[in-house]
Amino acid sequence: MAALLEVRNLRVEFPTRRGVLTALDGVSFDIAAGEVLGVVGESGAGKSMTGAAIIGLLEPPGRIAGGEIRLDGQRIDNLPYERMRRIRGKEIGAIFQDPLTTLNPLYTVGRQLVETMQVHLGIGAAEARRRAIGWLEHVGIPAAAQRVDSYPHEFSGGMRQRVVIALALCAEPRLVVADEPTTALDVSIQAQIIALLKRLTREKGTAVMLITHDMGVIAETADRVAVMYAGRIAEIGPVREVVKHPRHPYSVGLMASIPPLDRRVERLAQIEGAMPRLSAIPPGCAFNPRCPHAFDRCRAERPELLEAGATRAACWLYDPASEKHVPESAIHG
Amino acid sequence: MFAFILSRILQALPVMLTVALISFAMFAYVGDPVAIMLGQDFTEAQRDALVRELGLDQPFFVQFAKFVVNAAQGEFGLSYRLSRPVAELIAERAPATLELAFCAAALALLVGVPMGVYTGLYRNSWLSRFFLTFSLIGVSLPTFLIGILLILIFSVWLGWLPSFGRGDVVQLGWWSTGFLTWSGIRALILPSITLGLFQLTLIMRLVRAEMLEVLRTDYIKFARARGLPNRAVHFGHALKNTLVPVITIAGLQLGAIIAFAIVTETVFQWPGMGLLFIQSVNAADIPVMAAYLLLIALVFVVINLVVDLLYYAVDPRLRVERGAVRGA
Repeated sequence: MAALLEVRNLRVEFPTRRGVLTALDGVSFDIAAGEVLGVVGESGAGKSMTGAAIIGLLEPPGRIAGGEIRLDGQRIDNLPYERMRRIRGKEIGAIFQDPLTTLNPLYTVGRQLVETMQVHLGIGAAEARRRAIGWLEHVGIPAAAQRVDSYPHEFSGGMRQRVVIALALCAEPRLVVADEPTTALDVSIQAQIIALLKRLTREKGTAVMLITHDMGVIAETADRVAVMYAGRIAEIGPVREVVKHPRHPYSVGLMASIPPLDRRVERLAQIEGAMPRLSAIPPGCAFNPRCPHAFDRCRAERPELLEAGATRAACWLYDPASEKHVPESAIHG
Repeated sequence: MFAFILSRILQALPVMLTVALISFAMFAYVGDPVAIMLGQDFTEAQRDALVRELGLDQPFFVQFAKFVVNAAQGEFGLSYRLSRPVAELIAERAPATLELAFCAAALALLVGVPMGVYTGLYRNSWLSRFFLTFSLIGVSLPTFLIGILLILIFSVWLGWLPSFGRGDVVQLGWWSTGFLTWSGIRALILPSITLGLFQLTLIMRLVRAEMLEVLRTDYIKFARARGLPNRAVHFGHALKNTLVPVITIAGLQLGAIIAFAIVTETVFQWPGMGLLFIQSVNAADIPVMAAYLLLIALVFVVINLVVDLLYYAVDPRLRVERGAVRGA
């Protein structure tokens, strides 16, 4: 069965006065129907950019300069605005980071749900209102029949994110792009929201692209995970493998930097150096200046995603033809 | 709601009293009314009699209290210049100014808001650039120059529109209106443009700046991500969020239009309150000036109240804060 979403060699560029910046370069991945793909990486790695490209809402002057995005085999990266608009909300829902700012403060939550459903589902106002109340109940808003006429500011942050989830799912899309859905919330609320998102998307068989930098959320929720670095995918594979046995040296560093809870550590582990700016991505592998295993080929040639055990990693260490082909035990050793 | 209006009216009282004090002070410090009223030849006895009759021998606070009580009843005495009751003079002139201000404000809002939305949405189109350049002219050219240029073009060269006056007016009770005759409407066009052009460009630039701000917000992105049509996003979600500052400025500008129609009324010899005021200043006609000052203060106070009420109509967040205060 073909994947629901296929992203192939996606390239996003920002023309600026001092030349063109490449924000995403050769990003490829699939999401199957009903699957949850976690996307992790540092700030600026291109996680949100990938999400924005998929829903067709890149901030100008950013533009898709190459590659393809297919939904159900149909290309959606080059659609005219009006056709893409009909896909947004209807086929691909979106959840944003900060529920305090994603709801229009001047309209009741009911009105925002009703207008979304009326646009996509072609139902009457009364039916849409009935369903809006149903959705609010569904996402766990108490006294939904009364709260449907409340304004966003009358809800707490966690409740607002529930409303946002209802808005993203109310037209029953097949894919939801959730961009840091819990980052702005209290830790105690985060688990509830993730559980809600998991439950609803499982019920409806909705695929999720879950963008976050919280490895706990990923481990809890995702089926597979993609690690991004400097606008490229460094490693992609089943979540257990990537978390427990990361193959790419960057993933190794990323996982090692999660502080362990079961023992005291003198220093928190960190990866030396910083992610390069978009204007100064080194040739070859973008990670090579920070990589403890870098060798000549890493500085000259850019690695494609290579089979590395149960995952695929963009690292020359896993190319049998490399002069420094290292078995995985050497990295973890 | 009633409590809110009441508290606003109570807050307005000190403002009105202060303005009343200033206009009252004009009587005492701008010329001597007794000397003005008596003319060249008078005896000491005549003078004292007039001072007593006018109550000028009484203590300051008594005089001021009388002034305030009279003013509250619309009683400002006789105009020095025209020897007619001031209230009557103002009532006669007010319709002309209010109709002019209404047309100028309508022009500013009905043209300025759509232009602001357009230039906010299509920042780089040539029409937006043209509007912005044009708005610079509106903001920077002084009103009297715009008025004179319009007269030159449309009255002198083209001969399409009258260059002065209100045209024919129809009396509806005490209100004289120019809206009901063709010449009255024609006479309104040039002064309205002159008076409204600055406000139009100001509102356009304000709406544009607010639109640019709002279009960057997360809820607009989210509205787009929900696949709402552009019309709903731009006019439903974005424009409504720009309204609070626009209402504030538009309200204050409406006050300014009424208060400072003086220049436009002078250029077009428009028989309104502004012209009356400027003629009164020339003649040191203090009762008219004092009444005008108070009336304009009242206009601003009323407009501010209306603006505050409109906030609550537009923005539900303010309604709750007030409810919370009341509950506390």
